[in-house]
Amino acid sequence: MKKSNRFKFLLALLAFFALVAASCGDTVEDAVDDVEDAVDEVDEAVDEVVEDDEEAMEDDEEAMEDDGEPFRVAIVAPSPQNDLAFTQSMVDAVNAVSNDHPLEVAITDGQFIVEDAGAAIRGYAEEGYDLVVAHGSQYGALLEEIAPEFPEVSFAWGTAADTKGIENVNAYTVRADEGGYVLGTIAAQISETGVLGVVGPVEVGDAKLYVDGFKAGAEATEAVEVNVNYIDSFSDVALAAEAATAHIGADADILTGTAQMVVGATGVAQENGVPWFGTQANQAALGEDIVVASQVYHWEVILTEIIAGIEGGTLGGEVYTIDLDNGGLVIEFNDGFELDAEIKAAAEQTVSDIIDGTIKTGV
Amino acid sequence: MSEFFTLAVLATTLASGIRLATPFLLAALGETIGQRSGVLNLGVEGVMLLGAYGAYYAALNTESDSTAWVVGVAAGIGIGIVMGLVYAFLTVVMHADQGISGIGIFLFGLGFTDLLFQKQVGVPIPIRGVSKAPIPVLSDIPYIGQIFFDHNPLVYTAFALVPIMWFVVNKTTFGLNVRAVGETPEAADTLGVSVNGVRTTTIVIANAFAGLAGAALALEIGIFQNNLTSGQGFIAIALVYFGAWRMPWVMSGAVLFGVVSATVVQWKTLGIVSGGASSLTAMAPALLTIVVLVIVSRRIGAPSALTRHFDRAG
Repeated sequence: MKKSNRFKFLLALLAFFALVAASCGDTVEDAVDDVEDAVDEVDEAVDEVVEDDEEAMEDDEEAMEDDGEPFRVAIVAPSPQNDLAFTQSMVDAVNAVSNDHPLEVAITDGQFIVEDAGAAIRGYAEEGYDLVVAHGSQYGALLEEIAPEFPEVSFAWGTAADTKGIENVNAYTVRADEGGYVLGTIAAQISETGVLGVVGPVEVGDAKLYVDGFKAGAEATEAVEVNVNYIDSFSDVALAAEAATAHIGADADILTGTAQMVVGATGVAQENGVPWFGTQANQAALGEDIVVASQVYHWEVILTEIIAGIEGGTLGGEVYTIDLDNGGLVIEFNDGFELDAEIKAAAEQTVSDIIDGTIKTGV
Repeated sequence: MSEFFTLAVLATTLASGIRLATPFLLAALGETIGQRSGVLNLGVEGVMLLGAYGAYYAALNTESDSTAWVVGVAAGIGIGIVMGLVYAFLTVVMHADQGISGIGIFLFGLGFTDLLFQKQVGVPIPIRGVSKAPIPVLSDIPYIGQIFFDHNPLVYTAFALVPIMWFVVNKTTFGLNVRAVGETPEAADTLGVSVNGVRTTTIVIANAFAGLAGAALALEIGIFQNNLTSGQGFIAIALVYFGAWRMPWVMSGAVLFGVVSATVVQWKTLGIVSGGASSLTAMAPALLTIVVLVIVSRRIGAPSALTRHFDRAG
């Protein structure tokens, strides 16, 4: 059981005990006593789990004695690790790195509440992880507070282009506008109505870069109208679905979007047979017939560099970027969608032109 | 702004508002009858999440696309009933504090659905949800048809339940008992009404509605994700106060909230608002609710025995 799942299980268990305990006493004092008993029981359960974990870790360490100590990486992220979007892109990257480099990985996902994320980040730092990845631009203020307290631990924060001047913080970002531009050129060519719809979360970070790049690419290719709707939420799936419906009502025949709430919009696209362009992770699984292509983040390109830097004694101070040129951004086409070969070739040429600087996204 | 005030866009917006209102209308109807009997359930959000996951998982594992949503609805209601029995046991039988128990149910639903989703499903897999069922003839009426008669069956069900629930609460013996138990449980008991029996029944009904509301949400979108409801259960509780514990007013509040939300979405889509103004308008539904709540709370009081336990011996 992964650490985050175990935490949720224990949370549910605690809530259950609290409910039962609260109901068993006639007085407040009885209820408090019962809750304390219940908490003690959960503490014991936690201790047992921790003991099991420690035994398992000891076994792992023994197994790795020949190869040296594993590098310990912790990820704290806002959405579920299987969101087919932002968080999954980092989890996939760590798994990719672990193929060539012995890693011990811990993940705490679903940390939409920044204060909760802070507790997780601090916990990993106290446990002495070599690298704590705060995977969310909203976690910047937390690192300003926590990182200086743990000078021996390296932190990585993204997407951000600023290390806040802290020596043990690396920042990482993505030129999401580059892939957005490429996808925008394709979208403009396959649109029949000349109206494209974009569902965004909040107008910040890589979401804004992607949307701006998509719009620039589309408008540079054809005379199209690009309607952008930021729903001001990273999690409201129903609102994302309604935004997609509104786009279709406004004649959009191509849709795209970014962040984890887009699963609502892809459902609408699927129901209406509207082609969809994905970003962050390969979203073909969300609609095998409608997903044209996805811009996929390969954070492993920079993770490898960050880990090498830490092992070489550089704990922070660097800003890393993934883009089309270094292979951190890849345009992955969905074989299930029949895309005209000429359009596909043109898109691949656009990728080359962005890499060699012939095309600037203007973002 | 002129592009918004066209019949086509207005009709689309109103239809969207009705669709958005459906989940929290269903939950609010259930919560209303519960509160009329004196039981506050802050766990609506958690039960909605459990109902949504149950409906999603059941539909995902049903081979026939045409019946998947029916199976999903049954699962959502079934889970709601089970959670209702749990909540009734805690609050009616064991006299647990209603506020704390509700929050516990919410936390349980939030954590447990996420855990189940990750263990049983993994990545978000789209399902064949509930499709539109246009009502013959009526749906062909220009604009009106699109607004009112071109939705999925769960939307019609939600709005059909409003007069039914109103009738049950105001025109039946059971409804009379519900109101009596919610206002003066001691007097109702004196007249031979089983206070705890009535409350157990309303709790089960309320939670079944919450489970159905979650199912309606998941089956409309055709997917499940962590915290899918995004606070809709709490909106439903606010709507009960907004509607002053009266079914028609609760419905009006739900539609108003849905239409304001849909209007904001439409304005953003049409580029009428953007940037900072866009973020400000996104707060409009919540601000509207707060303003109306302040007004309503001065006008009509809650059921007198709301959150009060009944113990014949005490």
